[in-house]
Amino acid sequence: MTWFRKEQFTVLKAPQLKDRIPDGLWYKCDNCLNILYIKDFMQNLKVCPRCNFHARLNADERIAMVVDEGTFQEIDTNVLPTDSLKFVDSKPYCERLETAKQKANMTEAIKTGFAEINGYKVVIGVMDFAFIGGSMGSVVGEKVTRVFETALDKKLPVTMVCTSGGARMQEAILSLMQMAKTSIAVARLSEARLPYISVLTNPTTAGVMASFASLGDVIVAELNALIGFAGPRVIQQTINQILPKGFQRSEFVLEHGFLDIIIHRRDLKKVLTNLLSYFCLDQNTRLKGKAGKGADVIEVI
Amino acid sequence: MALSSFDFEKPVVELEQKIENLQAKESTNPEVRKELEGLEEQLEETKKQIYGNLTPWQRVQLARHIARPHSLDYISLLFSDWMELHGDRTFADDPAVVCGFAHFDGAPLAVIGQQKGKDTKENLARNFAMMHPEGYRKALRIMKLADKFALPIVVLIDTPGAYPGIGAEERGQAEAIARNIKEMALLRVPIIVIIIGEGASGGALGVGLGNVVLMLENAWYCVISPEGCASILWRDRAMAPQSADALKLTARDLIELKVVDEVIPEPLGGAHRNPEEAAKNIRVALQKHLAILTKKTPKQLQADRFAKYRAMGVVIEN
Ligand SMILES: [Zn+2]
Repeated sequence: MTWFRKEQFTVLKAPQLKDRIPDGLWYKCDNCLNILYIKDFMQNLKVCPRCNFHARLNADERIAMVVDEGTFQEIDTNVLPTDSLKFVDSKPYCERLETAKQKANMTEAIKTGFAEINGYKVVIGVMDFAFIGGSMGSVVGEKVTRVFETALDKKLPVTMVCTSGGARMQEAILSLMQMAKTSIAVARLSEARLPYISVLTNPTTAGVMASFASLGDVIVAELNALIGFAGPRVIQQTINQILPKGFQRSEFVLEHGFLDIIIHRRDLKKVLTNLLSYFCLDQNTRLKGKAGKGADVIEVI
Repeated sequence: MALSSFDFEKPVVELEQKIENLQAKESTNPEVRKELEGLEEQLEETKKQIYGNLTPWQRVQLARHIARPHSLDYISLLFSDWMELHGDRTFADDPAVVCGFAHFDGAPLAVIGQQKGKDTKENLARNFAMMHPEGYRKALRIMKLADKFALPIVVLIDTPGAYPGIGAEERGQAEAIARNIKEMALLRVPIIVIIIGEGASGGALGVGLGNVVLMLENAWYCVISPEGCASILWRDRAMAPQSADALKLTARDLIELKVVDEVIPEPLGGAHRNPEEAAKNIRVALQKHLAILTKKTPKQLQADRFAKYRAMGVVIEN
């Protein structure tokens, strides 16, 4: 099955998609409710060809879409969550963790590792909304921090693909402290003049948005993603008035000066490649003629 | 002036009233005087019993007491020559936070204080100490001045959270908080953070990164308010007392979690019952930590901050 129109993209293997795609040939767009032929939807990277709605990608799909085939080497797979506060609401947190693991087929809400993007070596983190809403607890904070530390150690650029509803409430104050831990990690990378590109996908809000996601040298967002600090429902309840149209969507956030560029998903890899080509002055990370056809990269070597 | 009180304080208030009534009689009758002595003893016992065993939710209520001393009260009790400076030089001044310079024991320092009101009118003017992006940016501007002139920074935290409003989002609340955290990490001067009342979410952390983090005995600090957490996880705000238990948000809990370095004791029944005593306790803690921190080099201060927050969180590593 050919997925992508351009050769620079890695083709996703069918099994990786199995979980998210309903049986049969048809898929109903969550936004415009049009019935789509699954093949069209998949070939369009899970973007509705009718209304451009960007459906969620899981971490594996995103990795397959962004990095060169076979180059992703996952790190820190042994860093796992624990219910250190013995938090119980309607269910114990440890049970919620188990359910999330099954549901998302992930050990936590992020995968991190080394990868190449059109030949550029990077350390990458990819969040997954299916794991407790992509919320940041100790493990997400730790793995994000290690992405920046690894990059600092190896003198590599960082790319983070973010999606998160915010802090992991069941880890209470410890989740808040991950905002400090990850932001400090960004600060240290920045001091070493290594590039960090933050990619915001639908939705990226609250604690993640108020820490590493907002601190990219360049901040890229997918079309029409929900981006902000407080959730729209909380704001609506507080101010008791109708929110403006498009409030907290990518286009709104860019208009107010907090995004560098909004992209259609199909352009993400190209945009990342270009950005890396501008900032990666180190010979080690420099592209060495490995760019696929169609990658708009200026070769300097 | 009678202080307003909470249900759990009823026995204390009743005894205090009885005593007051007896005292008003100015009786020399030995029977009355004996009764008075008995009641006073009983009052002390009751206070110890109630205030010595406060639940997390009761502490949250104390932390919100309208008469609790706020940043400007402590500033006037602790510092001299306080001068407030206004504005973020970009958009506006945010009255939810006061920033400026003052002397402490004769030495200059910068002070950042989230500021609640004494009454509804002032609270509306100060937005209940819920900062807007311009507040974080004003605070950072003053902290950078402190950095430039090598002055220590004292931050007083007292906020129910960042403000969830349209303007706050339009002006990049998330960016303002993230940037503050990152920039505060890099400052070359000592930062002492004191949570004096409420410390909720990014609203608190956005000015709350410190070399040491101190906390008044009845203050609370968490990723979300107990009500907010209750409405999300229990779908019922009335579950706030249970949520306050689960969230481990008291000063003692936070010492165990290594988020807070030291608890500053409050007068029995809360800081509002004796603001001068509360301020005196803060003074002692400030003197101690300033003496230690001002001896450190800029590099050390930075490295200490990096290491402090690097260690936070609990994961399993197989
Ligand atoms: Zn559609």
